[in-house]
Amino acid sequence: MSDLDGCRDCNRTEFLRKAIAEAGRGLPGIEPGMPLPAGTGMSRRSFVSRAAGFALAVYGGSKLSSYAFDDGIAQAAADAASSQRVLVSVFLSGGIDSLNVLFPAGEPAYYSLRPTIALSQSSGKPYTEDSRLRWHPAASGIATLHDEGKVSVMPAIGYANSDKSHFTSRHYWEVGATDATLRTGWLGRYVDAVGKPDNPLQGLTLDVALQPAIATAKMPVATLEAADQYGFAPPGIAPHPLEASIIEEAANIGALHAKSPDAGLQTAGSIAFESNQLYQQLASFRWGFSSPVAYPSSTDPFPHRLAGLAAMIAAGLPLGVVAITSPGRFDTHATEAGTLQNGLQLTSDSLLAFQRDLEARGIADRVLIHVWSEFGRRAAENASAGTDHGSAGIGFLIGTKVKGQQIGEFPGVTSGLDGQGNLTPTTDFRAVYGAMLSQWLNTDPTQIIPGIAAYQLPSLLK
Amino acid sequence: MRAVSAVPFYQGAFGKEQAERLLWRAGFGAREGEAEALAQRGLTAAVQSLTRPASQTLVGPDPTDEKGRALQPSTIPGHDHLWWLDRMVRTTAPAVERMTLVWHSWFATSNLGVQSQQLMLNQNELFRQNALGSFGDILNGVTVDPAMLVWLNGNQNVKSHPNENYGREMMELFTLGANRGAYTETDVRENARALTGWRGSVSAGQPFIYDPNQHDTGTKTIFGQSGNFDYHDSCRLCLAHPLHPSYFVLKLWSYFIPVRYDATTLHALTQMYANGNQILPVVEAILTHPLFYEGPRMVKPPVVFNAGLLRMRGEYVNNSVWSSLGQQAGQQLFYPPDVGGWDYTRWLNSATYRSRWFIAALVQGAGKPTDSPTDPSKLWQRSIQFWGFPTVSAQTQALVEAFAKAQLKRGNDPADVETAMRRLIGSSPDLQTA
Repeated sequence: MSDLDGCRDCNRTEFLRKAIAEAGRGLPGIEPGMPLPAGTGMSRRSFVSRAAGFALAVYGGSKLSSYAFDDGIAQAAADAASSQRVLVSVFLSGGIDSLNVLFPAGEPAYYSLRPTIALSQSSGKPYTEDSRLRWHPAASGIATLHDEGKVSVMPAIGYANSDKSHFTSRHYWEVGATDATLRTGWLGRYVDAVGKPDNPLQGLTLDVALQPAIATAKMPVATLEAADQYGFAPPGIAPHPLEASIIEEAANIGALHAKSPDAGLQTAGSIAFESNQLYQQLASFRWGFSSPVAYPSSTDPFPHRLAGLAAMIAAGLPLGVVAITSPGRFDTHATEAGTLQNGLQLTSDSLLAFQRDLEARGIADRVLIHVWSEFGRRAAENASAGTDHGSAGIGFLIGTKVKGQQIGEFPGVTSGLDGQGNLTPTTDFRAVYGAMLSQWLNTDPTQIIPGIAAYQLPSLLK
Repeated sequence: MRAVSAVPFYQGAFGKEQAERLLWRAGFGAREGEAEALAQRGLTAAVQSLTRPASQTLVGPDPTDEKGRALQPSTIPGHDHLWWLDRMVRTTAPAVERMTLVWHSWFATSNLGVQSQQLMLNQNELFRQNALGSFGDILNGVTVDPAMLVWLNGNQNVKSHPNENYGREMMELFTLGANRGAYTETDVRENARALTGWRGSVSAGQPFIYDPNQHDTGTKTIFGQSGNFDYHDSCRLCLAHPLHPSYFVLKLWSYFIPVRYDATTLHALTQMYANGNQILPVVEAILTHPLFYEGPRMVKPPVVFNAGLLRMRGEYVNNSVWSSLGQQAGQQLFYPPDVGGWDYTRWLNSATYRSRWFIAALVQGAGKPTDSPTDPSKLWQRSIQFWGFPTVSAQTQALVEAFAKAQLKRGNDPADVETAMRRLIGSSPDLQTA
């Protein structure tokens, strides 16, 4: 779908581009009289109220001001000069079968547990940190990065007495606590703690639906299919002569309802207003972007989303935490081999391309990738050449700054299984969250991860 | 229903606004004049006209793609979405269609895993036939429904190696709920044994049948009861579980009302439902509950928004764009995100807002009036008429009229200003919610 908004937007797009470019050179971007400087600590609601009041006020005059646009520039200016770190959370949905991703070829029990779906003792590369283990051939991209010292593997990550429900376990990981009632995500609480009321890009989901890990209580976040998919000119019909004004006015109407006492109107109004903020932030991407490296060609949007993400980071957009779901359906209850192979290959190849892209652009030191899944799978295969829900699973930290050392032991399938035949966790996911918050995002995890004081945080960075 | 029920009953005014909310939440919005007519009937009769429809037919032209060709919902990707969207637009029984949508999300099955649009359509008909009937009939039917058997591996659940997938979701998502102490991991495994014996395959062209040789005839113990259980027993035990009625009520309520009920309501609804597992009385009690009318507005599900805008305009499905826009708006029919269904509390985000913006713009179309007045309030009247006179807040009206005034003052063509106002109304927070 074409996302060109036509030339009515050229002027302000050019303006914003310049502003971002100037901000990148470290110019002080915030001038007196701007509606709201970034980082004043105002609540989202009071900000929106002010914005709405301002919007109403300008109707009395002759000039239609685009307050959100001004804010976007202020925000870009404030942040682009900084070398803000980015955390990219990659979710492998369905509970990936860790025991066939990094498989224990050195344990005879592996072959007796999995007579039909075990990988052969010579497939894939050996895993250099544990002689029992080998990489699934489809994970070659991650294995390559591991050889370069850019991957820390968590071979048995999870939590005690893990819940076998996708939804419950995934929810625990998303909210960063074994608490079924929490409605904010662990990354969302981070954004609430350090974020700004005028920057949706600070918590970005690259998908159709908000990734719940990024759900906030008060700060705005963005959901976006890809960097170059945020124009508002309706597809298939001629652009309206007043298109730009309509887009802006819809944000004004949204801002007004964002302070409604009615929760439904408040939500719809806030989203309309924030969507316009995002639209302004992504102005320079409306005509597409280019990548210095080739990404896997696929009908799945994952590689394209990652390519756009690298371009957004390189452009100095004020990104903070990013959530994305990998391709593949890893809930492999039946005929697992092909399904796992396909999903893992595209995921791994795309992550390798993304890392190479970041390196080529010289921004790799700013980015940490965290790969996770809601649980692992049962050590024994079932009758459908698949595996049922298990306990501990696998995770990765990827980046030029990570230590490249395994976190937690691999307990093995010979003696490391629990009473239900599932792998026992050796690392709690909350400890890794706490470490990412304190060591990568420089934030005190005690206010974000409940009970984090009880965990020993692994050392993640070089 | 009022006399026999202990569920709180809405006593306030039932006018156009209340009727609009009822039509949007229990159906697909109001055509011009529909809400006013419904309000005339009074609350009880209005609700019953929806839940006990006099007819169940489709009125209006058959749906087509943009080239005027008939839809092929069982074979062409996307036509399945269009086929159902058309039913939502043309049905004379909108509450039946809306409940069918509830069951689709409740027993969320995705063609991503099923890989057969025909099986999905067959399952859809199961939901429609029982939309306001017995929950037990739906549960028994869907447990051995071919699309569900494929989706949750019931067709690969054999006695030598039970596959737990359906047995778990049956308890966790369909009847009892997680984290309520309703069942144990052992119950899940035993339930999977009771459900063994079904097979069939789309790709191999094998029929979906019960194979007694693959059924585990041993004794199973589920919820502390033992016997040689089969799938009927699984369904019966789940329905009879003391925590099932409250789960049913909680889940059904959440599709219609965005705030929690009080203890009195929960108790009364649970009692009502436990007496025979009938859906109709619970739905009617929810639709006449004070919180339905006095509580906050709800964001419309994307397909409801889409179908409702088409109805407001008197338009019909004649373009396949609605399928891809539905997907981008977060609701591609027959492709729920996972077996948990759609999250009715999180329809709106910056990505889905954009897709809904497109939906509103494309329902409106590129048409342009030739006789636009230059008075902002007259332009407002015409713009609201364009959408069939929906209720829109005074706040939105004031901003849109101020917008019109400013645009006219800048010398813009009144016709362009009028079509811009249509766009602003169609995508407003007022029309995104009900």
